[in-house]
Amino acid sequence: MSDRLVIDPITRIEGHLRIEARMAGNVIEEAYSSGTMVRGLELILRDRDPRDAWAIAQRICGVCTLVHGLASVRAVEDALKYPIPPNAQLIRNLMIAAQYVHDHVMHFYHLHALDWVDITSALKADPKATSTLAQSLSNYAKSSPGYFADVQKRLKGFVDAGQLGIFGKGYWGHPAYRLPPEANLMAVAHYLEAIAWQRDAVALHAIFGGKNPHPMLVVGGVPVAISIWPEHQGQGKGPHFRGGQSGTALDVTGLARIQEVIRSIRDFVDQVYLPDTLAIAGFYKDWFKQGEGLGNFMTYGEFPAKGMDDPASFMIPRGAILNRDLSHIEEVDLNAEGEIEEFVSHSWYDYSAGRERGLHPYQGETKLNYTGPKPPYEQLEVEKAYSWLKSPRWKGKAMEVGPLARVLMLYAKGHEQTKELVGMALKKLDLPVAALYSTLGRTAARTLESRIVVDAMQGWYDQLVANIKAGDVDTFNEALWEPSTWPKRCQGVGFMEAPRGGLGHWIVIENGKTANYQAVVPSTWNAGPRDGLGQAGAYEAALKGHAVHDGKQPLEVLRTIHSFDPCIACAVHVVELPGSD
Amino acid sequence: MDLLEYRATRTKTVGEALEQHGIDRRDFLKLCAAMATLLALPASAAEQLAVALAKARRPSVIWLSFQECTGCTESLTRSHSPSLESLIFDMISLDYHHTLQAASGEAAEAAREAAMKENAGKYLVAVDGSVPMGNPGYSTIAGVANIDVLRETAKDAAAILAVGTCAAYGGLPAAQPNPTGAVAISELIKDKPVVNIPGCPPIPTVITGVIAHYLAFGALPELDALGRPKAFYGETIHDRCYRRPFYDQGKFAETFDDEGARRGWCLFKLGCKGPVTYNACATMKWNGGVSFPIQSGHGCIGCSEPNFWDAGGFYEALSMPAHPLKVGAAAAAAGVAAGAAVTFFNRKKKGAAKAGHETTTLEDLER
Repeated sequence: MSDRLVIDPITRIEGHLRIEARMAGNVIEEAYSSGTMVRGLELILRDRDPRDAWAIAQRICGVCTLVHGLASVRAVEDALKYPIPPNAQLIRNLMIAAQYVHDHVMHFYHLHALDWVDITSALKADPKATSTLAQSLSNYAKSSPGYFADVQKRLKGFVDAGQLGIFGKGYWGHPAYRLPPEANLMAVAHYLEAIAWQRDAVALHAIFGGKNPHPMLVVGGVPVAISIWPEHQGQGKGPHFRGGQSGTALDVTGLARIQEVIRSIRDFVDQVYLPDTLAIAGFYKDWFKQGEGLGNFMTYGEFPAKGMDDPASFMIPRGAILNRDLSHIEEVDLNAEGEIEEFVSHSWYDYSAGRERGLHPYQGETKLNYTGPKPPYEQLEVEKAYSWLKSPRWKGKAMEVGPLARVLMLYAKGHEQTKELVGMALKKLDLPVAALYSTLGRTAARTLESRIVVDAMQGWYDQLVANIKAGDVDTFNEALWEPSTWPKRCQGVGFMEAPRGGLGHWIVIENGKTANYQAVVPSTWNAGPRDGLGQAGAYEAALKGHAVHDGKQPLEVLRTIHSFDPCIACAVHVVELPGSD
Repeated sequence: MDLLEYRATRTKTVGEALEQHGIDRRDFLKLCAAMATLLALPASAAEQLAVALAKARRPSVIWLSFQECTGCTESLTRSHSPSLESLIFDMISLDYHHTLQAASGEAAEAAREAAMKENAGKYLVAVDGSVPMGNPGYSTIAGVANIDVLRETAKDAAAILAVGTCAAYGGLPAAQPNPTGAVAISELIKDKPVVNIPGCPPIPTVITGVIAHYLAFGALPELDALGRPKAFYGETIHDRCYRRPFYDQGKFAETFDDEGARRGWCLFKLGCKGPVTYNACATMKWNGGVSFPIQSGHGCIGCSEPNFWDAGGFYEALSMPAHPLKVGAAAAAAGVAAGAAVTFFNRKKKGAAKAGHETTTLEDLER
């Protein structure tokens, strides 16, 4: 094996990611993570109506399709001190939760699974034994021998036809694949089931936001009005006259459909996603011992019970964990100077006051300055700049964000359900708590938090129905809609826990226009390059020490990179500030 | 057993493959009938479709992703008919697609090269995202600039599908001030047919529908002057909107949760761009017919039109064009009068657009 491993494109992710590694024999000594595409959306956001910003920001990413739009809406609302009605808060929570589970399930089956599941092996499975295996794991209805025989027949037909499509040139037969044929066949069946499941699960976004991907949002609430008249007793000429029922997608039928989707999400998580995660993980326990890296974790917090200005009411708390010390949670302040900063020492950007200093997002700058090798190139110059991602740091430290950070935070704070779920998973797998700090720990955390979020969805839905029943159908606050009501200058931060981790959008509004906009995104925290001090980002740290069996088939690297669920279009967000050009 | 060994054995037609998958002729004909309906074809076309499909080796599709957000691919996965799994396992061979393919790095590029070689002159290239011309380093794959990947891959293609507004018209990366010099695919590829499938993202079933049309008839669908298939982009959202009667009556929602909003009155005053947006959202709707933006209370933002990002605020009511009607800005506030005036304008514009196979754009109205 040469001393340099290059993997580009990294597939089964969102966006354009390149990994290079300096090898010592077959072991990764140092890894380098590079985002290879830039759009400069920051420049595009400026000088426009801040109420329009969500639609532009949303196009940062079409996978986590809700979250940038919502972070943007929250940023404008924070800047204007703009409260939203309780129903809007509940609807947003439901949309965020649906995004989590949808995103996590698709990640597991369509992006991550082929790192663990060998398609060819599934052809050798005994459908009857597969059925026995499936029924021992879950009460999912589709688990008869006939069902698995059909799936296998379909797969065989596909392969026999000689056109392998998305499975072409896969690493089938690689010795790192360890599932028995029956587990592989079950996983292939669920790969297909998950495609069908997800396209119906997005009906929740379609009802509240009109479509998915890229559902509609609005500053000050949610766009969808409630087309239900609970006070109407069915007498006389009621509001059904000229519109009314079916006026919007959120009528009685729509509400019932939301309930159906919540049930479908819960069933899929309970009967398919959670049992599959544990079953597959059981064959790869060595992946609970490697692939973590930094040991520092951070969350911004999510799912407000009251408002965004009351972090104490968040279901997922905010904080930082350093060096895996769960006994001490550090406070995180998104507005404080010297806490969150972005560095560009190894990024293709310039800062007006020098490339070595870090900038808080309110003061952040983004000036494109490509200094990499002229394409086509073989290798990046990793001693210099090598990525379109910046290096965000918290108090100078590299932090991991995402499902593992959230589950650790909930666990550290004593969240009962989290402790139960983590305890159950570890017991089933016969692993210690320290196993969470790993590639599969990250993957399992994603599954476990899906379970937590699904349960909360039913509570928010019930509250929404109760509000409507009690006559509260407000979904929008008109008070600050008109820019004429705004202060001459204001600034704010919109944050969320996106599926991939803590996300912040910082906005400065002047004279009714966006003067400044900066997004610091989960995959930038995780996928960013080294900083000026040489501190590696989370991907880079996690890959260090990985043994790679065959550099032409770098399955081991993909396992750990995919465990982060990369979203690179997100990570290359960037926003230009005044005076920086 | 090794898939690569299988690959060398033999290739089957779609008809044989379906049979092997346990899909009998009756189901197959049903599928074809559904497809014919989807494509707004006469019932007699179903048989023609069945014959064509049964003979075909699955055409190779190479999907290139440039300056994009993966929203178009996500949309593809939401398609109900044909579904993603039917499409990629029964109808096409998706030989290169970053988001979905198993292989990474060298092996991924090898899959693209093999598909190009084996299907030279016959494969389709689908592209999402614009191409940055400001600097080759702004977007690379395997160290190669997007423009070079595009030219190399397009060279032996049968046709190009520009999926999404970024690929079709430059989209968001090309919005002012276009920091990376982003351009549309049709500006770069002049020697191949390019079908634009705009939308941010396009409706799932429109993406798969265009591919289904190509598979069934071996030809591209009829396009308008902006390179869009007329079957899906032939009429404005406004003309097919369920809220249209309220517009004609001058009944408008004034805010997002007032009585009018709850009754489904017209969103014109809240900035709806439905009158100038040619797309199928109001008829095909989204996500299996569940809703579309207007049904969920938000005006259309015009996301399938060229330059929609720079065509004024999303909440600014469309102003009446000074020419040819000279009704002025006051019309928007004038209720019934506005409705009537715009109706008249649209009828006229629609007639003109249909005759010339052109569309009205927001830019036209801004002029």
